[in-house]
Amino acid sequence: MRTTKGSVAIPPIRQIASFASLLRNDVINFSNSNTQLMGPLSILSELPEWLNLLIAFGIGIGFGFALEQAGFSSSRKLAGMFYGYDTTVLKVFFTAAIVALVGSQLLSFFGLLNLKLVYVNPYYINSAIIGGVIMGAGFIMGGYCPGTGISALSIGKIDAMIFLIGGMVGAFLFAETYPSIENLALENYKGAMRIDEWMGVSPGVFTLILIVAAVALFWLAELAEKKFKRADITREL
Amino acid sequence: MGKSKYMNPYLAGTLLGLVLLAAMFLSGRGLGASGGIKYTVVALVGAVDKQHAMESPYYSKYFEDGESPLKNWLALEVLGMVLGGSISGALAHRLKFKVEKSPKISNNKRLLFAFLGGIFFVYGAQLARGCTSGAALSGMAVFSVAGFVTMIAIFGSAYLFAWFFRSLWI
Repeated sequence: MRTTKGSVAIPPIRQIASFASLLRNDVINFSNSNTQLMGPLSILSELPEWLNLLIAFGIGIGFGFALEQAGFSSSRKLAGMFYGYDTTVLKVFFTAAIVALVGSQLLSFFGLLNLKLVYVNPYYINSAIIGGVIMGAGFIMGGYCPGTGISALSIGKIDAMIFLIGGMVGAFLFAETYPSIENLALENYKGAMRIDEWMGVSPGVFTLILIVAAVALFWLAELAEKKFKRADITREL
Repeated sequence: MGKSKYMNPYLAGTLLGLVLLAAMFLSGRGLGASGGIKYTVVALVGAVDKQHAMESPYYSKYFEDGESPLKNWLALEVLGMVLGGSISGALAHRLKFKVEKSPKISNNKRLLFAFLGGIFFVYGAQLARGCTSGAALSGMAVFSVAGFVTMIAIFGSAYLFAWFFRSLWI
């Protein structure tokens, strides 16, 4: 089956043009009106509650599996991120964020996901920063974050059990002290602010910037792992 | 008994990203972890002192519909996480009760700091409305400024404090 040069060389202009529009606009393609399957399913298909909870359980299985496979069930591996000898955290974290960012935009482009119905975290400047700083301190003391702590608990790490008990105490203390910190928690509210809009670029351009930044960070991470190598620790992980 | 190696980080990251994408497609939301801890505490407080829970401006909102706070998307997701992690650990021969720590510190020191770290982390996560999963990772995947700011705050702060706690790890 030979084709002439001409017939394969003609680029599908329309497709290229519509892909290019991904870089300019937050395209939601409603043109394919006979598409029945559109996400978020729980919202658009009005799933019964038991099915939503079953989906949550299934998502959790995938989440726990992925974290454990990545090695996030090991506090010494996680702590390597902050001393340079193991930078798995950075690689997994940014890869996951980019896969979800690109994947959701592609689903939206093909009319399979209405991104306007997906939850966007509200931005409270003060509590995001102060809460983040408190979390960072907890991370370096405890060696886990809540998700990785649950991952480590699931394979029997006793330090993770204690971390999570501490976490329950932390949630309890927050609830009990909430009246006195309520103002702090609600200050400087900016709504569900989007970073691409804040920077004045399109979602596609922002995604490209993030990918370039991630590749640069991956390269730095590889350098760090050589410079701060701790074979005595990584051998045991 | 040979331990299996961990998955390639970029492959594991892709897998994690696809799970997050599935959560967005199926349920219109991201992943979470600290929220599951919160609902456990809310349910415990409700079981121990129902009156306190109903009078508290913080707890009462979780009891308004008359259902258990554990009958909730995040609580079920966290339950699934434990099973998923166990499956992965079983396949990789990593299921084992142990305290993971640097050989230079005692078990008690490790457990004390694990406990303190847990208190700090989840307190901060309640304030920031999500942890590394729910605020940072899931937020970044939906272009949320809060997600990026929280991510930078968590990791920046951990680097800042790393020098003070280095004896725990290196």
